[in-house]
Amino acid sequence: MSDFETVAATENHAATPGPAGEPGAPGQPDNTSKVRSLAGDAWHDLRRKPIFIISSLIILVMVVMAAFPTLFTSADPRSCELGRSMKGPSGDAIFGYNLQGCDVFARTVHGASTSIQVGLYSTILAGVLAVVIGMLAGFYGGILDAILARIIDIILGIPLLLAAIVALKGAGKGEGYWGPLLLIVFILGIFGWTTAARIVRSSVISAKQQDYVHAAKMLGASNSRIMVRHILPNAMAPVIVVLTIALGAFITAEATLSFLGVGLQDPIISWGKDISEAAKRVRDNAVPMLVPSTFLSLTVLSFIMLGDAVREAFDPRLR
Amino acid sequence: MSNHLLEVDNLHIEFRTRDGVAKVINGVSYHLDPGETLAVLGESGSGKSVTAQAIMGILDMPPGVITNGEIRYEGRNLLTMPEEERRRLRGKEIAMIFQDALSALNPVYSVGFQISETLRRNEGVAKDVAMKRAVELMDLVKIPAAKDRLKNYPHEFSGGMRQRVMIAMSLAQNPKVLIADEPTTALDVTVQAQIMDLLAELRRELDMGLILITHDLGVVADVADRIAVMYAGRIVEHADVHSIYAKPAHPYTQGLLDSIPRLDSKGHELSTIKGLPPNLLRPPSGCAFHPRCPMAQQVCQEKVPPSLNLGGGRTSACLFAEEILHG
Repeated sequence: MSDFETVAATENHAATPGPAGEPGAPGQPDNTSKVRSLAGDAWHDLRRKPIFIISSLIILVMVVMAAFPTLFTSADPRSCELGRSMKGPSGDAIFGYNLQGCDVFARTVHGASTSIQVGLYSTILAGVLAVVIGMLAGFYGGILDAILARIIDIILGIPLLLAAIVALKGAGKGEGYWGPLLLIVFILGIFGWTTAARIVRSSVISAKQQDYVHAAKMLGASNSRIMVRHILPNAMAPVIVVLTIALGAFITAEATLSFLGVGLQDPIISWGKDISEAAKRVRDNAVPMLVPSTFLSLTVLSFIMLGDAVREAFDPRLR
Repeated sequence: MSNHLLEVDNLHIEFRTRDGVAKVINGVSYHLDPGETLAVLGESGSGKSVTAQAIMGILDMPPGVITNGEIRYEGRNLLTMPEEERRRLRGKEIAMIFQDALSALNPVYSVGFQISETLRRNEGVAKDVAMKRAVELMDLVKIPAAKDRLKNYPHEFSGGMRQRVMIAMSLAQNPKVLIADEPTTALDVTVQAQIMDLLAELRRELDMGLILITHDLGVVADVADRIAVMYAGRIVEHADVHSIYAKPAHPYTQGLLDSIPRLDSKGHELSTIKGLPPNLLRPPSGCAFHPRCPMAQQVCQEKVPPSLNLGGGRTSACLFAEEILHG
């Protein structure tokens, strides 16, 4: 949407709407409205999108929960008494207790931090690897592309979970809270960047044949500038979508690994671990599984919706 | 060595494809002086754009291979120059306008950003100064209300205005040579005339050398000083604009001129050049034009016609050039 139309719409004046023709033509009202930057325009659009508002609110709640879990619950997630195993919801614990007799809600609140951090960090690591390697392969082509594309193929051929299990077995457990967490992030990132890299590579190849890349070269731009300034912004859209989906997959992968006993172990609390433990007794009491699952789904879904909304808002062609 | 501003000398370019080697440029030579307009005329596939891309150094290699020849700018051979040095010449000394301005402008940046980009990057101009200069350039190419349009995106402009933005972008660093590769093909007729007038005016004001690549003879007549007609990767005729319109010296040029619709030929069928341009993977023997030439003789199938000097800077690559001219 052009500034002109936006102004007309917000002020609710019906004056000269429609596609902006040649401006400054005699008789047309002078367009003196403040011009916005791309980010400003994007923000302007985003504020009006329910999907953006809902998903960012959910993410905000999750992030606050991860940072300050005690704001949401005063119960200690690690004080478990077998005596209240599988007890239903009550005034003390709104979602009841799990098999070990721990407060389900407290554990879920405290698990947010681990799950979100694993998801975010692995996505960032995978994203950086994918963009750098995909860009180099797509832009330079030739032998470099052949080598990098084969490396991508090889890693893509290894199942993520299998590779992670083997690597985590070999790498040991790591120390304290950060040791095992960063180890998982590292392994998920290393084995999880390939799909995104393929997409970066193919978008780069199609973007680099565009005339505007030739035009930039014609005006004396260096290769690095062409890559960062001209190709990357035009190749990012599909990557953002793939990465937001990958974020969900990484959180789930961490859950699976923890379940298999090679991921995070006690005393670290994570949604994945709780879901897998509760799943064994789901027919006796589904609540201990449903609560962390719901939080996990909401988080993953919010990230996907947010990624989609942001991608749309930052693409001037869709305006 | 002569001292032309830009000189293409005996350029040979091949495209090595899976189907074989296509010799797309076979010994093209032309030159350009400051303040002059050279029109390069030819059908699609005649090699006019490839030559321009070779001058700019934006030819896709592979599949393109420059097998022979030199491109000299102010006496220096661009083809043997280190890439970094050559990059500095691009935009600053030689710039180019593309056919389709919409695809030549980056969709994710505002036009002000794109016009001023080369100034900020190559000349280290501060952002606000560069933006002011962008407004000046947009005024120069007659974009109305330039100041308010600075932050607009390419898709918010009309076709003609986009081409003006492209021109402003090319002019940002005051190049001495401007190559316009079919700058008006994507535009409608009235806008075409405006853009051509603008280019002619800018060339006068800024004293640039202008290479105008086109297939439209009507466009050329008003603005060009000299015309080089290309066919199948060769320059078949080269002359000043008046001589060529008065009396072409090559049957191909003759055919092109005859196919222009005329006011006084109403009711008559428009004359065309029969046949299709040759497949450069399997070019015809002898003169590449002989299968379509109304004057072709046996000898045309056997002998590649040399470029005959007809005096006054005029050349023609036809064995019968003298006969056409004086007959």
